[in-house]
Amino acid sequence: MSIRATEARGSSEAWPLADRIGLRLAWAAGILLCAVVAAIVLYVLVRGLAELRPSLLFERPLDTPDQSHGGGFLDPLAGTVLVTMIGTVIAVPLGVAAAVWVTEYGRPPGLARAVESAIEVIAGTPSIVLALFGLFFFSQGIFGFLSFTSEGGGVFGRSFLIAGAMLSLIALPLVFGATREALNAVPAHVREASYALGKTRAATIRRILLPASRPGIATGTALGMGRIAGDTAIIVILLGLLRFDGAGAGVPVLDTLRGTGSTLTSYTYANSPAGEGGAEAKAWAAAFVLLVLVVALNWLVDWIGRRWKAPAWTR
Amino acid sequence: MEGTRMDSLTPPPPGSLAPPPPVRKIVVGAEPTRVAPPPPGDGSHATAPSPAPFTGPVRRARPSAAQRVERMGLEGVTIAYAGKPAVREVSMPVRNGEVLALIGPSGCGKTSLLRSLNRLTELTPGAARTGRILLDGRDVDALEVTALRRRVSMVFQQPNPFPMSVFDNVAYALREQGGNRPGREALRPLVAEALRRSGLLAEVADDLGRPALSLSGGQQQRLCIARALAARPEVLLLDEPCSALDPKSTATIEELILKLRDEVAIVIVTHNMQQAFRIADHVGFMYLGELVEYGAADRVFGAPREQRTREYVSGAFG
Repeated sequence: MSIRATEARGSSEAWPLADRIGLRLAWAAGILLCAVVAAIVLYVLVRGLAELRPSLLFERPLDTPDQSHGGGFLDPLAGTVLVTMIGTVIAVPLGVAAAVWVTEYGRPPGLARAVESAIEVIAGTPSIVLALFGLFFFSQGIFGFLSFTSEGGGVFGRSFLIAGAMLSLIALPLVFGATREALNAVPAHVREASYALGKTRAATIRRILLPASRPGIATGTALGMGRIAGDTAIIVILLGLLRFDGAGAGVPVLDTLRGTGSTLTSYTYANSPAGEGGAEAKAWAAAFVLLVLVVALNWLVDWIGRRWKAPAWTR
Repeated sequence: MEGTRMDSLTPPPPGSLAPPPPVRKIVVGAEPTRVAPPPPGDGSHATAPSPAPFTGPVRRARPSAAQRVERMGLEGVTIAYAGKPAVREVSMPVRNGEVLALIGPSGCGKTSLLRSLNRLTELTPGAARTGRILLDGRDVDALEVTALRRRVSMVFQQPNPFPMSVFDNVAYALREQGGNRPGREALRPLVAEALRRSGLLAEVADDLGRPALSLSGGQQQRLCIARALAARPEVLLLDEPCSALDPKSTATIEELILKLRDEVAIVIVTHNMQQAFRIADHVGFMYLGELVEYGAADRVFGAPREQRTREYVSGAFG
């Protein structure tokens, strides 16, 4: 004879009316959310797949604001990858270092609290505000090496390096928060076990705490990359809409980094009916590619969470 | 073993050789086990066999103190947290070749005292310590702290292997000593030796590269002991090392402690009086931060001088 699985049996018939209504509303909220997400994803999928052609991925945008006569989004695709890399390379060491300092040293306590508050403020600041400040800040003369400079010594203040630096601020709170959580999850006796073997605080951080926090750091990094790839305000203000335009000093990589360009977000904006590109089909295709990239990053986060288990100690 | 508790007994008069407290029966491999003699004058406690001398696998204190050398000395040690004293004016020796057990109720300061021996108390914010602690005649405050902790190592209540392989856990204390980093091959015999001393080698020898956190709880704790032994410390501090383990793992670790006491001075903090009775050579009973009584385990359990000790070892409180 087979054993029947135990199931919760019963009904809400005996519940008060208010509870029954509440249950239905909660159920409806869940369904509504699913419907909204399905609508967005399906519509982008259908429109994007309908408009996407392989040539779009390999052709550069036209050198005019109007994109309706040809051109693809090779530059924006490369730009998304490039700013994500720059932002991540800046945000991860900064975020991890700040989190290590706050959790493992944190003296004086007032300074540690100030650091945490500062990061919360960054997390809450709209990216358009960061962008505007970045444009002002990096137009100062001493930052001339980061972007175009005009003949008269004026600094342009827009480039991949500058956009990447400001975008790193968007990823920083996610990296910081995930690292701090992971460090706090390591019980005190594990640190003490390392000290009790004659290890210094620095050796303990390097050999025990950072390896134990790796799943958390990786998750925060992937989330931060998703945020950078999806940001538009900083890109529009600090980078551009269409083609890469290297700062012509003749040094291949550095020219690109100091020059302007675009990402899939700004390209989508430029070609949407709200922009001047006049090629809505390409906006949908670019939006589809962007969505695939960001969803892939979210899958990566899930995968990291399942694959790299944080060590399980008893408190 | 509720039936053998001595709660209802009046304590014996001081000086007379009272029987030891009842002992939880443990089984180590195929060795015979012995249950402690029943308390006299109470025929209802019929679960235990007749009294026996302190020998055999259960009670194994050292018969003589001949080969014991004083390793550490505590002189008037007082420890306070945020101005509140947790340990008051404790003085006692820690000797090579014996097990010193610190017993007492929760919050009596025994763990604080243990942690002060390798200066781990310094890591607690607001902690302060006075009095002298000597290691081989030198004040521990004058030693470089990482050097001190290599010589006075510690194992904790919860098994806490590091998230790396079994090999790397044991090699952890051996690496990064000074500028020249010893290679894996150079470390291999030292790691094997430490695992052998902790009785874990046979169980893990086939795969030293496995993650340490995949071992069982008892194995993890023995790995922590191996890790603490790797740098050849002179003193091994054990902070309730069995309290998170099942009885069988506890018995294995007690066996191990008895083997190790020849090579290294052992100080163990334990809540478990039966455990202290089984493995300790000397016992320090602490209560409310004071060292109430210190002496040979036989005497402290058999003929405590202080009323509080007598009540505690007979299970009247704690």
